[in-house]
Amino acid sequence: MGESIMKKETYILGIETSCDETAVAIVKNGREIISNVVASQIESHKRFGGVVPEIASRHHVEQMTVVLEEAFNASKLSWEDIDAITVTEGPGLVGALLVGVNSAKALAFAKQKPLIGVHHIAGHIYANRLEKEFQFPLLALIVSGGHTELVLMKDHGVYEVIGETRDDAAGEAYDKVARMLKLPYPGGPQIDRLAEVGEENIAFPRAWLEEDSYDFSFSGLKSSVINKIHNAKQREESLKDEDIAASFQASVIDVLTKKTVRAAKEFNVKQVIVAGGVAANRGLRAELEAQFADLAIPLIIPPLKLCTDNAAMIAAAGTIAYEQGRRSDLDLNANASLLLK
Amino acid sequence: MNILAIDTSNQVLGVAILKDDQIIGEIVTNLAKNHSVRLMPAIDKLMKEVSMSPEQLDKIVVAKGPGSYTGVRIGLATAKSLAWALNIPIVGISSLEALAYQGRFFNGYICPFFDARRGMVYTGLYKWSEGKLNAVYEETNSLMEDILNKLAEEKKEVLFLSPDISIYKEAIMSNIGEFACVPDGPYHLAKPSHLALAGMERTADPTHTLTPNYLRLAEAEANWMKAQKEKQQNG
Ligand SMILES: [Zn+2]
Repeated sequence: MGESIMKKETYILGIETSCDETAVAIVKNGREIISNVVASQIESHKRFGGVVPEIASRHHVEQMTVVLEEAFNASKLSWEDIDAITVTEGPGLVGALLVGVNSAKALAFAKQKPLIGVHHIAGHIYANRLEKEFQFPLLALIVSGGHTELVLMKDHGVYEVIGETRDDAAGEAYDKVARMLKLPYPGGPQIDRLAEVGEENIAFPRAWLEEDSYDFSFSGLKSSVINKIHNAKQREESLKDEDIAASFQASVIDVLTKKTVRAAKEFNVKQVIVAGGVAANRGLRAELEAQFADLAIPLIIPPLKLCTDNAAMIAAAGTIAYEQGRRSDLDLNANASLLLK
Repeated sequence: MNILAIDTSNQVLGVAILKDDQIIGEIVTNLAKNHSVRLMPAIDKLMKEVSMSPEQLDKIVVAKGPGSYTGVRIGLATAKSLAWALNIPIVGISSLEALAYQGRFFNGYICPFFDARRGMVYTGLYKWSEGKLNAVYEETNSLMEDILNKLAEEKKEVLFLSPDISIYKEAIMSNIGEFACVPDGPYHLAKPSHLALAGMERTADPTHTLTPNYLRLAEAEANWMKAQKEKQQNG
Protein backbone atom coordinates (compact mmCIF):
# COMPACT_ATOMS: atom_id res chain seq x y z
CA MET A 1 0.00 0.00 0.00
CA GLY A 2 2.82 2.35 0.97
CA GLU A 3 4.15 2.08 -2.54
CA SER A 4 0.98 3.31 -4.19
CA ILE A 5 0.89 6.36 -1.94
CA MET A 6 4.56 7.09 -2.51
CA LYS A 7 4.33 6.32 -6.19
CA LYS A 8 5.40 9.08 -8.51
CA GLU A 9 3.47 9.81 -11.66
CA THR A 10 2.94 6.90 -14.06
CA TYR A 11 4.37 7.34 -17.55
CA ILE A 12 3.40 4.73 -20.10
CA LEU A 13 4.87 4.34 -23.57
CA GLY A 14 2.38 3.20 -26.23
CA ILE A 15 3.05 1.71 -29.67
CA GLU A 16 0.41 1.19 -32.34
CA THR A 17 0.98 -0.36 -35.81
CA SER A 18 -2.23 -2.30 -36.45
CA CYS A 19 -3.01 -0.74 -39.82
CA ASP A 20 -1.40 2.08 -41.77
CA GLU A 21 -0.26 4.46 -39.02
CA THR A 22 3.06 4.04 -37.23
CA ALA A 23 2.39 5.65 -33.88
CA VAL A 24 4.19 6.14 -30.56
CA ALA A 25 3.00 8.13 -27.56
CA ILE A 26 3.76 8.74 -23.92
CA VAL A 27 0.85 9.24 -21.55
CA LYS A 28 0.94 10.40 -17.95
CA ASN A 29 -1.35 8.77 -15.38
CA GLY A 30 -3.53 7.43 -18.16
CA ARG A 31 -5.07 10.84 -18.72
CA GLU A 32 -2.55 13.31 -20.02
CA ILE A 33 -0.79 13.18 -23.37
CA ILE A 34 2.90 13.98 -23.01
CA SER A 35 3.71 13.23 -26.63
CA ASN A 36 1.74 11.66 -29.43
CA VAL A 37 3.42 11.04 -32.79
CA VAL A 38 1.63 9.48 -35.75
CA ALA A 39 3.35 8.80 -39.07
CA SER A 40 0.54 8.26 -41.54
CA GLN A 41 1.08 6.20 -44.67
CA ILE A 42 -2.09 7.41 -46.32
CA GLU A 43 -0.26 9.08 -49.21
CA SER A 44 1.53 5.85 -50.02
CA HIS A 45 -1.65 3.75 -50.04
CA LYS A 46 -3.79 6.27 -51.94
CA ARG A 47 -2.47 5.10 -55.31
CA PHE A 48 -3.73 1.57 -54.56
CA GLY A 49 -7.19 2.77 -53.47
CA GLY A 50 -6.83 1.17 -50.05
CA VAL A 51 -4.36 -0.14 -47.51
CA VAL A 52 -2.05 -2.81 -48.93
CA PRO A 53 -0.91 -4.97 -45.99
CA GLU A 54 2.58 -5.74 -47.34
CA ILE A 55 3.26 -2.08 -48.08
CA ALA A 56 1.97 -1.08 -44.64
CA SER A 57 4.33 -3.55 -42.98
CA ARG A 58 7.26 -2.26 -45.02
CA HIS A 59 6.58 1.31 -43.98
CA HIS A 60 6.25 0.36 -40.32
CA VAL A 61 9.72 -1.16 -40.21
CA GLU A 62 11.13 1.97 -41.88
CA GLN A 63 9.32 4.35 -39.52
CA MET A 64 9.40 2.61 -36.15
CA THR A 65 12.58 3.95 -34.55
CA VAL A 66 12.11 7.38 -36.16
CA VAL A 67 8.70 7.73 -34.56
CA LEU A 68 9.99 6.38 -31.23
CA GLU A 69 12.70 8.99 -31.21
CA GLU A 70 10.30 11.79 -32.09
CA ALA A 71 7.94 10.77 -29.30
CA PHE A 72 10.80 10.70 -26.81
CA ASN A 73 12.27 14.00 -27.94
CA ALA A 74 8.90 15.70 -27.73
CA SER A 75 8.37 14.39 -24.19
CA LYS A 76 11.58 15.61 -22.57
CA LEU A 77 11.48 12.40 -20.51
CA SER A 78 14.17 9.77 -20.20
CA TRP A 79 13.89 6.01 -20.02
CA GLU A 80 14.06 6.13 -16.22
CA ASP A 81 10.69 7.88 -16.20
CA ILE A 82 8.94 5.20 -18.24
CA ASP A 83 7.04 2.63 -16.18
CA ALA A 84 5.94 0.24 -18.91
CA ILE A 85 5.84 -0.42 -22.64
CA THR A 86 2.38 -1.06 -24.06
CA VAL A 87 1.64 -2.15 -27.60
CA THR A 88 -1.33 -3.06 -29.79
CA GLU A 89 -1.39 -6.84 -29.80
CA GLY A 90 -4.44 -7.08 -32.09
CA PRO A 91 -6.73 -7.08 -33.90
CA GLY A 92 -5.41 -5.68 -37.15
CA LEU A 93 -3.18 -6.59 -40.07
CA VAL A 94 -0.89 -9.30 -38.79
CA GLY A 95 2.24 -8.18 -40.65
CA ALA A 96 1.73 -4.62 -39.47
CA LEU A 97 1.06 -5.65 -35.86
CA LEU A 98 4.21 -7.78 -35.84
CA VAL A 99 6.47 -4.77 -36.32
CA GLY A 100 5.03 -2.96 -33.29
CA VAL A 101 4.91 -6.06 -31.11
CA ASN A 102 8.50 -7.06 -31.83
CA SER A 103 9.74 -3.53 -31.41
CA ALA A 104 7.94 -3.25 -28.06
CA LYS A 105 9.42 -6.53 -26.88
CA ALA A 106 12.92 -5.38 -27.82
CA LEU A 107 12.45 -2.11 -25.90
CA ALA A 108 11.05 -3.92 -22.86
CA PHE A 109 14.03 -6.26 -22.88
CA ALA A 110 16.65 -3.57 -23.55
CA LYS A 111 15.35 -1.31 -20.79
CA GLN A 112 14.06 -4.10 -18.52
CA LYS A 113 10.57 -2.61 -18.37
CA PRO A 114 7.20 -4.33 -17.99
CA LEU A 115 5.54 -5.20 -21.30
CA ILE A 116 1.78 -5.13 -21.84
CA GLY A 117 -0.19 -6.15 -24.93
CA VAL A 118 -3.29 -4.01 -25.48
CA HIS A 119 -6.46 -4.64 -27.49
CA HIS A 120 -6.87 -2.07 -30.26
CA ILE A 121 -10.53 -1.41 -29.42
CA ALA A 122 -9.75 -0.96 -25.72
CA GLY A 123 -7.40 1.71 -27.01
CA HIS A 124 -10.14 3.43 -29.03
CA ILE A 125 -12.36 3.45 -25.95
CA TYR A 126 -9.64 4.82 -23.69
CA ALA A 127 -8.86 7.63 -26.13
CA ASN A 128 -11.87 9.25 -24.48
CA ARG A 129 -10.33 9.10 -21.03
CA LEU A 130 -7.68 11.52 -22.30
CA GLU A 131 -10.56 13.99 -22.50
CA LYS A 132 -12.85 13.11 -19.65
CA GLU A 133 -12.77 10.69 -16.67
CA PHE A 134 -14.93 7.61 -17.11
CA GLN A 135 -18.10 7.02 -15.13
CA PHE A 136 -19.43 3.50 -14.92
CA PRO A 137 -21.41 1.83 -16.22
CA LEU A 138 -20.55 3.27 -19.60
CA LEU A 139 -21.45 2.31 -23.12
CA ALA A 140 -18.98 2.64 -25.98
CA LEU A 141 -19.92 2.66 -29.63
CA ILE A 142 -16.87 1.82 -31.74
CA VAL A 143 -17.17 2.52 -35.46
CA SER A 144 -14.23 2.25 -37.81
CA GLY A 145 -13.06 0.67 -41.04
CA GLY A 146 -12.68 -2.65 -39.25
CA HIS A 147 -15.17 -2.44 -36.40
CA THR A 148 -18.74 -1.76 -35.42
CA GLU A 149 -19.24 -2.72 -31.81
CA LEU A 150 -21.20 -1.78 -28.73
CA VAL A 151 -19.18 -2.39 -25.58
CA LEU A 152 -20.52 -2.16 -22.04
CA MET A 153 -18.03 -1.35 -19.28
CA LYS A 154 -18.90 -1.71 -15.61
CA ASP A 155 -15.38 -0.94 -14.47
CA HIS A 156 -11.93 -0.05 -15.77
CA GLY A 157 -10.37 -2.69 -17.97
CA VAL A 158 -13.50 -4.87 -18.08
CA TYR A 159 -15.16 -5.05 -21.47
CA GLU A 160 -18.41 -6.73 -22.39
CA VAL A 161 -19.17 -6.76 -26.11
CA ILE A 162 -22.98 -6.57 -26.28
CA GLY A 163 -23.23 -6.05 -30.03
CA GLU A 164 -21.01 -6.39 -33.07
CA THR A 165 -21.28 -6.53 -36.82
CA ARG A 166 -22.21 -9.83 -38.36
CA ASP A 167 -20.69 -8.94 -41.72
CA ASP A 168 -19.14 -5.64 -42.83
CA ALA A 169 -17.98 -2.93 -40.49
CA ALA A 170 -19.71 0.42 -40.98
CA GLY A 171 -16.46 1.96 -42.24
CA GLU A 172 -16.06 -0.87 -44.72
CA ALA A 173 -19.52 -0.14 -46.16
CA TYR A 174 -18.51 3.51 -46.42
CA ASP A 175 -15.37 2.59 -48.34
CA LYS A 176 -17.26 0.34 -50.75
CA VAL A 177 -19.98 2.87 -51.47
CA ALA A 178 -17.31 5.54 -51.92
CA ARG A 179 -15.58 3.34 -54.47
CA MET A 180 -18.89 2.86 -56.33
CA LEU A 181 -19.21 6.64 -56.47
CA LYS A 182 -15.58 6.88 -57.61
CA LEU A 183 -14.63 9.04 -54.65
CA PRO A 184 -10.94 9.20 -53.71
CA TYR A 185 -9.59 7.09 -50.85
CA PRO A 186 -10.33 7.23 -47.95
CA GLY A 187 -14.01 7.41 -48.85
CA GLY A 188 -15.69 7.94 -45.47
CA PRO A 189 -15.05 11.68 -45.10
CA GLN A 190 -15.98 12.18 -48.79
CA ILE A 191 -19.40 10.59 -48.29
CA ASP A 192 -19.93 12.62 -45.14
CA ARG A 193 -19.16 15.78 -47.12
CA LEU A 194 -21.54 14.85 -49.98
CA ALA A 195 -24.27 13.76 -47.56
CA GLU A 196 -24.29 17.18 -46.02
CA VAL A 197 -25.45 18.79 -49.26
CA GLY A 198 -27.53 15.87 -50.56
CA GLU A 199 -31.14 14.99 -49.94
CA GLU A 200 -32.31 11.80 -48.27
CA ASN A 201 -34.70 10.75 -51.02
CA ILE A 202 -33.83 7.09 -51.58
CA ALA A 203 -35.22 4.54 -49.14
CA PHE A 204 -32.32 2.26 -48.32
CA PRO A 205 -32.97 -0.62 -45.91
CA ARG A 206 -32.09 -0.63 -42.22
CA ALA A 207 -30.94 -3.93 -40.77
CA TRP A 208 -32.43 -4.12 -37.29
CA LEU A 209 -31.93 -7.90 -36.99
CA GLU A 210 -33.76 -9.58 -34.08
CA GLU A 211 -35.77 -7.26 -31.91
CA ASP A 212 -33.51 -7.48 -28.87
CA SER A 213 -30.23 -7.73 -30.74
CA TYR A 214 -27.51 -5.11 -30.52
CA ASP A 215 -25.67 -6.65 -33.46
CA PHE A 216 -25.21 -4.84 -36.74
CA SER A 217 -25.22 -5.79 -40.41
CA PHE A 218 -24.25 -3.51 -43.24
CA SER A 219 -23.74 -5.85 -46.19
CA GLY A 220 -27.44 -5.71 -47.17
CA LEU A 221 -27.33 -1.94 -47.20
CA LYS A 222 -24.14 -1.98 -49.24
CA SER A 223 -25.69 -4.35 -51.83
CA SER A 224 -28.83 -2.24 -51.96
CA VAL A 225 -26.80 0.88 -52.75
CA ILE A 226 -24.83 -0.95 -55.42
CA ASN A 227 -28.03 -2.32 -57.01
CA LYS A 228 -29.66 1.07 -56.97
CA ILE A 229 -26.72 2.62 -58.81
CA HIS A 230 -26.64 -0.24 -61.34
CA ASN A 231 -30.35 -0.13 -62.04
CA ALA A 232 -30.35 3.62 -62.42
CA LYS A 233 -27.52 3.34 -64.92
CA GLN A 234 -29.37 0.69 -66.97
CA ARG A 235 -32.55 2.73 -67.06
CA GLU A 236 -30.50 5.79 -67.82
CA GLU A 237 -32.00 7.50 -64.82
CA SER A 238 -29.79 10.06 -63.24
CA LEU A 239 -29.10 9.75 -59.54
CA LYS A 240 -27.27 12.47 -57.74
CA ASP A 241 -24.18 11.26 -55.89
CA GLU A 242 -25.04 13.66 -53.09
CA ASP A 243 -28.46 12.05 -52.65
CA ILE A 244 -27.04 8.53 -52.68
CA ALA A 245 -24.52 9.59 -50.05
CA ALA A 246 -27.16 11.30 -47.92
CA SER A 247 -29.56 8.36 -48.12
CA PHE A 248 -26.86 5.77 -47.46
CA GLN A 249 -25.48 7.73 -44.54
CA ALA A 250 -28.98 8.23 -43.10
CA SER A 251 -29.47 4.46 -43.01
CA VAL A 252 -26.13 3.85 -41.25
CA ILE A 253 -26.68 6.62 -38.73
CA ASP A 254 -30.26 5.59 -38.03
CA VAL A 255 -29.24 2.04 -37.06
CA LEU A 256 -26.14 3.07 -35.10
CA THR A 257 -27.97 5.75 -33.14
CA LYS A 258 -31.15 3.81 -32.34
CA LYS A 259 -29.24 0.74 -31.12
CA THR A 260 -26.91 2.88 -29.04
CA VAL A 261 -29.82 4.74 -27.48
CA ARG A 262 -31.68 1.51 -26.68
CA ALA A 263 -28.58 -0.03 -25.06
CA ALA A 264 -27.86 3.13 -23.08
CA LYS A 265 -31.37 3.01 -21.63
CA GLU A 266 -31.40 -0.73 -20.97
CA PHE A 267 -28.11 -0.70 -19.08
CA ASN A 268 -28.76 2.60 -17.37
CA VAL A 269 -25.37 3.95 -18.33
CA LYS A 270 -23.86 7.10 -16.92
CA GLN A 271 -21.83 7.88 -20.04
CA VAL A 272 -21.85 7.09 -23.72
CA ILE A 273 -18.62 7.29 -25.62
CA VAL A 274 -18.00 7.07 -29.32
CA ALA A 275 -14.70 5.86 -30.71
CA GLY A 276 -13.00 4.84 -33.94
CA GLY A 277 -12.40 6.61 -37.23
CA VAL A 278 -16.10 6.92 -38.14
CA ALA A 279 -16.64 8.88 -34.92
CA ALA A 280 -15.26 11.78 -36.94
CA ASN A 281 -18.35 11.61 -39.18
CA ARG A 282 -20.27 14.86 -38.78
CA GLY A 283 -23.65 13.37 -39.56
CA LEU A 284 -23.22 10.68 -36.93
CA ARG A 285 -21.94 13.13 -34.34
CA ALA A 286 -24.86 15.48 -34.87
CA GLU A 287 -27.49 12.76 -34.58
CA LEU A 288 -25.95 11.20 -31.46
CA GLU A 289 -25.56 14.59 -29.83
CA ALA A 290 -29.22 15.40 -30.47
CA GLN A 291 -30.47 12.06 -29.15
CA PHE A 292 -28.39 12.00 -25.98
CA ALA A 293 -29.05 15.62 -25.17
CA ASP A 294 -32.73 14.68 -25.01
CA LEU A 295 -31.94 11.77 -22.70
CA ALA A 296 -29.58 13.83 -20.55
CA ILE A 297 -26.90 11.14 -20.77
CA PRO A 298 -23.42 12.64 -21.20
CA LEU A 299 -21.94 11.80 -24.60
CA ILE A 300 -18.19 11.94 -25.19
CA ILE A 301 -16.71 12.02 -28.65
CA PRO A 302 -12.96 12.52 -28.83
CA PRO A 303 -11.38 15.18 -31.02
CA LEU A 304 -10.53 14.04 -34.53
CA LYS A 305 -6.89 13.26 -33.89
CA LEU A 306 -7.87 10.85 -31.13
CA CYS A 307 -10.67 9.21 -33.16
CA THR A 308 -8.29 7.83 -35.73
CA ASP A 309 -5.57 5.33 -34.87
CA ASN A 310 -2.92 6.70 -32.52
CA ALA A 311 -0.71 5.39 -29.74
CA ALA A 312 -1.87 7.69 -26.94
CA MET A 313 -5.05 5.62 -26.79
CA ILE A 314 -2.97 2.43 -26.47
CA ALA A 315 -0.91 3.96 -23.67
CA ALA A 316 -4.11 5.16 -21.98
CA ALA A 317 -5.73 1.70 -22.08
CA GLY A 318 -2.34 0.20 -21.19
CA THR A 319 -2.10 2.36 -18.09
CA ILE A 320 -5.18 0.68 -16.62
CA ALA A 321 -3.80 -2.75 -17.49
CA TYR A 322 -0.51 -1.74 -15.87
CA GLU A 323 -2.25 -0.55 -12.71
CA GLN A 324 -4.29 -3.75 -12.61
CA GLY A 325 -1.08 -5.77 -12.71
CA ARG A 326 -1.51 -7.31 -16.14
CA ARG A 327 1.80 -8.17 -17.83
CA SER A 328 2.82 -9.84 -21.08
CA ASP A 329 5.83 -12.09 -21.53
CA LEU A 330 8.55 -11.85 -24.13
CA ASP A 331 6.70 -14.46 -26.18
CA LEU A 332 3.89 -11.95 -26.83
CA ASN A 333 2.68 -12.34 -30.40
CA ALA A 334 0.59 -10.31 -32.82
CA ASN A 335 -2.98 -11.62 -32.91
CA ALA A 336 -4.95 -10.46 -35.96
CA SER A 337 -8.29 -11.58 -34.52
CA LEU A 338 -7.76 -10.90 -30.82
CA LEU A 339 -11.02 -10.81 -28.83
CA LEU A 340 -11.89 -7.97 -26.50
CA LYS A 341 -12.38 -9.21 -22.96
CA MET B 1 33.32 -5.71 -27.54
CA ASN B 2 30.06 -7.64 -27.11
CA ILE B 3 28.01 -8.33 -30.22
CA LEU B 4 24.52 -9.75 -30.44
CA ALA B 5 23.68 -11.30 -33.81
CA ILE B 6 20.09 -12.01 -34.87
CA ASP B 7 18.80 -13.96 -37.85
CA THR B 8 15.11 -14.65 -38.47
CA SER B 9 15.22 -13.98 -42.18
CA ASN B 10 14.48 -17.57 -43.20
CA GLN B 11 13.35 -20.73 -41.43
CA VAL B 12 16.45 -20.81 -39.25
CA LEU B 13 16.14 -18.83 -36.07
CA GLY B 14 19.61 -17.87 -34.96
CA VAL B 15 20.97 -15.83 -32.09
CA ALA B 16 24.67 -15.57 -31.21
CA ILE B 17 26.80 -13.58 -28.80
CA LEU B 18 30.35 -12.71 -29.61
CA LYS B 19 32.56 -11.47 -26.78
CA ASP B 20 35.80 -9.92 -27.99
CA ASP B 21 36.79 -12.37 -30.71
CA GLN B 22 35.07 -15.37 -29.20
CA ILE B 23 31.63 -16.77 -29.86
CA ILE B 24 30.44 -17.46 -26.33
CA GLY B 25 26.95 -18.60 -27.13
CA GLU B 26 24.68 -19.52 -29.97
CA ILE B 27 21.11 -20.73 -30.36
CA VAL B 28 20.03 -22.20 -33.67
CA THR B 29 16.81 -23.93 -34.59
CA ASN B 30 15.60 -24.92 -38.03
CA LEU B 31 11.88 -25.35 -37.45
CA ALA B 32 8.74 -24.09 -39.15
CA LYS B 33 7.73 -22.25 -35.99
CA ASN B 34 6.81 -18.67 -35.27
CA HIS B 35 9.83 -16.35 -35.10
CA SER B 36 7.79 -13.58 -33.49
CA VAL B 37 6.98 -15.76 -30.48
CA ARG B 38 10.43 -17.29 -30.13
CA LEU B 39 13.00 -14.60 -30.94
CA MET B 40 12.94 -12.45 -27.79
CA PRO B 41 12.77 -15.45 -25.42
CA ALA B 42 15.78 -16.93 -27.27
CA ILE B 43 17.75 -13.69 -26.89
CA ASP B 44 16.74 -13.44 -23.22
CA LYS B 45 17.74 -17.04 -22.55
CA LEU B 46 21.12 -16.76 -24.27
CA MET B 47 21.97 -13.47 -22.57
CA LYS B 48 21.17 -14.99 -19.18
CA GLU B 49 23.18 -18.10 -20.03
CA VAL B 50 26.28 -16.04 -20.78
CA SER B 51 25.57 -13.68 -17.83
CA MET B 52 25.30 -10.58 -19.93
CA SER B 53 22.86 -7.74 -19.39
CA PRO B 54 21.42 -5.71 -22.28
CA GLU B 55 23.46 -2.60 -21.46
CA GLN B 56 26.68 -4.60 -21.80
CA LEU B 57 26.01 -5.00 -25.52
CA ASP B 58 28.17 -2.89 -27.85
CA LYS B 59 26.75 -3.76 -31.23
CA ILE B 60 23.81 -5.49 -32.91
CA VAL B 61 24.21 -7.42 -36.14
CA VAL B 62 21.12 -8.49 -38.02
CA ALA B 63 20.44 -10.57 -41.12
CA LYS B 64 18.52 -8.16 -43.31
CA GLY B 65 17.31 -10.59 -45.96
CA PRO B 66 16.55 -11.66 -48.57
CA GLY B 67 14.16 -14.24 -47.23
CA SER B 68 10.69 -14.31 -45.75
CA TYR B 69 9.31 -10.76 -45.74
CA THR B 70 7.73 -11.26 -42.34
CA GLY B 71 10.76 -13.01 -40.89
CA VAL B 72 13.09 -10.27 -42.06
CA ARG B 73 10.85 -7.62 -40.51
CA ILE B 74 10.69 -9.43 -37.17
CA GLY B 75 14.49 -9.47 -37.10
CA LEU B 76 14.87 -5.85 -38.16
CA ALA B 77 12.14 -4.46 -35.91
CA THR B 78 13.77 -6.24 -32.98
CA ALA B 79 17.37 -5.36 -33.87
CA LYS B 80 16.67 -1.72 -34.73
CA SER B 81 14.67 -1.17 -31.55
CA LEU B 82 17.39 -2.82 -29.44
CA ALA B 83 20.11 -0.70 -31.06
CA TRP B 84 18.06 2.48 -30.75
CA ALA B 85 17.09 1.90 -27.11
CA LEU B 86 20.61 0.89 -26.07
CA ASN B 87 22.12 3.62 -28.22
CA ILE B 88 24.62 1.26 -29.84
CA PRO B 89 25.56 0.71 -33.49
CA ILE B 90 23.71 -1.71 -35.74
CA VAL B 91 24.93 -3.52 -38.83
CA GLY B 92 22.68 -5.19 -41.38
CA ILE B 93 24.25 -8.10 -43.25
CA SER B 94 22.80 -9.76 -46.31
CA SER B 95 21.36 -13.16 -45.44
CA LEU B 96 23.04 -14.55 -48.57
CA GLU B 97 26.39 -13.24 -47.44
CA ALA B 98 25.96 -14.78 -44.00
CA LEU B 99 25.21 -18.13 -45.61
CA ALA B 100 28.27 -17.80 -47.87
CA TYR B 101 30.39 -18.02 -44.71
CA GLN B 102 29.64 -21.74 -44.72
CA GLY B 103 31.94 -21.92 -47.76
CA ARG B 104 34.80 -20.09 -46.03
CA PHE B 105 37.41 -22.60 -47.21
CA PHE B 106 36.08 -23.31 -50.67
CA ASN B 107 38.31 -22.05 -53.46
CA GLY B 108 35.78 -21.62 -56.24
CA TYR B 109 32.60 -19.61 -56.47
CA ILE B 110 29.96 -19.78 -53.79
CA CYS B 111 26.31 -19.59 -54.72
CA PRO B 112 24.01 -19.24 -51.69
CA PHE B 113 20.31 -19.06 -52.50
CA PHE B 114 16.84 -19.05 -50.98
CA ASP B 115 13.76 -20.30 -52.78
CA ALA B 116 11.52 -17.42 -53.87
CA ARG B 117 8.79 -19.65 -55.41
CA ARG B 118 7.73 -20.31 -58.98
CA GLY B 119 11.24 -21.27 -60.05
CA MET B 120 12.68 -18.05 -58.69
CA VAL B 121 15.51 -17.75 -56.19
CA TYR B 122 17.13 -14.99 -54.21
CA THR B 123 20.80 -15.45 -54.90
CA GLY B 124 24.21 -13.92 -55.46
CA LEU B 125 27.67 -15.19 -56.32
CA TYR B 126 30.66 -14.85 -53.99
CA LYS B 127 34.30 -15.77 -53.74
CA TRP B 128 36.63 -15.85 -50.78
CA SER B 129 40.04 -14.34 -51.36
CA GLU B 130 42.63 -13.28 -48.81
CA GLY B 131 40.22 -13.93 -45.97
CA LYS B 132 37.58 -11.66 -47.44
CA LEU B 133 34.24 -12.44 -49.01
CA ASN B 134 33.81 -10.68 -52.35
CA ALA B 135 30.69 -10.43 -54.45
CA VAL B 136 31.10 -11.72 -58.02
CA TYR B 137 27.49 -11.21 -59.12
CA GLU B 138 25.18 -8.78 -57.45
CA GLU B 139 22.30 -10.18 -55.44
CA THR B 140 19.21 -10.78 -57.46
CA ASN B 141 15.76 -12.31 -57.55
CA SER B 142 15.93 -14.44 -60.71
CA LEU B 143 14.83 -17.67 -62.28
CA MET B 144 17.13 -20.47 -61.12
CA GLU B 145 17.24 -21.61 -64.73
CA ASP B 146 18.82 -18.30 -65.79
CA ILE B 147 21.33 -18.43 -62.94
CA LEU B 148 22.38 -21.96 -63.88
CA ASN B 149 22.77 -21.00 -67.54
CA LYS B 150 24.98 -18.12 -66.56
CA LEU B 151 27.07 -20.30 -64.25
CA ALA B 152 27.41 -22.96 -66.97
CA GLU B 153 29.19 -20.42 -69.16
CA GLU B 154 31.70 -19.66 -66.40
CA LYS B 155 32.98 -23.24 -66.36
CA LYS B 156 34.26 -22.84 -62.83
CA GLU B 157 33.63 -24.78 -59.64
CA VAL B 158 30.58 -23.57 -57.72
CA LEU B 159 29.58 -24.45 -54.18
CA PHE B 160 25.80 -24.34 -53.74
CA LEU B 161 24.48 -23.51 -50.30
CA SER B 162 20.80 -23.33 -49.51
CA PRO B 163 18.23 -24.48 -46.98
CA ASP B 164 16.11 -25.10 -50.09
CA ILE B 165 18.80 -27.17 -51.86
CA SER B 166 16.47 -30.18 -52.28
CA ILE B 167 14.19 -28.19 -54.58
CA TYR B 168 16.93 -27.39 -57.07
CA LYS B 169 19.53 -30.15 -56.60
CA GLU B 170 18.40 -32.02 -59.71
CA ALA B 171 18.42 -28.91 -61.87
CA ILE B 172 21.88 -28.00 -60.60
CA MET B 173 23.29 -31.45 -61.30
CA SER B 174 21.75 -31.76 -64.74
CA ASN B 175 22.86 -28.28 -65.81
CA ILE B 176 26.35 -27.93 -64.39
CA GLY B 177 26.94 -31.24 -62.61
CA GLU B 178 30.63 -31.40 -63.44
CA PHE B 179 31.33 -28.03 -61.80
CA ALA B 180 28.83 -28.19 -58.98
CA CYS B 181 29.66 -28.95 -55.40
CA VAL B 182 26.69 -29.69 -53.17
CA PRO B 183 27.55 -30.50 -49.55
CA ASP B 184 25.38 -32.31 -47.02
CA GLY B 185 23.22 -31.17 -44.13
CA PRO B 186 24.40 -28.43 -41.81
CA TYR B 187 26.35 -26.44 -44.40
CA HIS B 188 23.08 -25.28 -45.92
CA LEU B 189 21.95 -23.42 -42.83
CA ALA B 190 23.15 -19.92 -41.99
CA LYS B 191 24.81 -19.64 -38.60
CA PRO B 192 24.32 -16.57 -36.41
CA SER B 193 27.95 -16.86 -35.26
CA HIS B 194 29.02 -16.26 -38.87
CA LEU B 195 26.66 -13.31 -38.96
CA ALA B 196 28.35 -11.88 -35.87
CA LEU B 197 31.77 -12.36 -37.47
CA ALA B 198 30.62 -10.72 -40.70
CA GLY B 199 29.33 -7.73 -38.78
CA MET B 200 32.31 -7.37 -36.45
CA GLU B 201 34.46 -5.15 -38.64
CA ARG B 202 31.68 -3.63 -40.69
CA THR B 203 30.88 0.08 -40.35
CA ALA B 204 27.56 0.70 -38.69
CA ASP B 205 24.39 1.44 -40.65
CA PRO B 206 22.26 4.42 -39.62
CA THR B 207 19.70 2.84 -37.29
CA HIS B 208 16.68 4.70 -38.64
CA THR B 209 17.28 4.04 -42.30
CA LEU B 210 18.44 0.43 -42.13
CA THR B 211 15.80 -1.39 -44.15
CA PRO B 212 15.18 -4.97 -45.20
CA ASN B 213 16.86 -6.32 -48.27
CA TYR B 214 13.70 -7.67 -49.90
CA LEU B 215 15.19 -7.88 -53.44
CA ARG B 216 11.61 -7.69 -54.68
CA LEU B 217 8.89 -5.07 -54.80
CA ALA B 218 5.65 -5.76 -53.02
CA GLU B 219 3.22 -7.25 -55.52
CA ALA B 220 0.83 -4.29 -55.38
CA GLU B 221 3.69 -1.92 -56.04
CA ALA B 222 5.01 -3.95 -58.98
CA ASN B 223 1.51 -4.02 -60.51
CA TRP B 224 1.09 -0.32 -59.95
CA MET B 225 4.42 0.47 -61.62
CA LYS B 226 3.49 -1.73 -64.56
CA ALA B 227 0.17 0.08 -64.91
CA GLN B 228 1.93 3.44 -64.78
CA LYS B 229 4.29 2.37 -67.55
CA GLU B 230 1.42 1.16 -69.72
CA LYS B 231 -0.41 4.42 -69.15
CA GLN B 232 2.65 6.34 -70.31
CA GLN B 233 3.08 4.18 -73.41
CA ASN B 234 -0.58 4.54 -74.36
CA GLY B 235 -0.16 8.27 -74.25
ZN1 LIG C 1 -8.65 1.68 -35.13
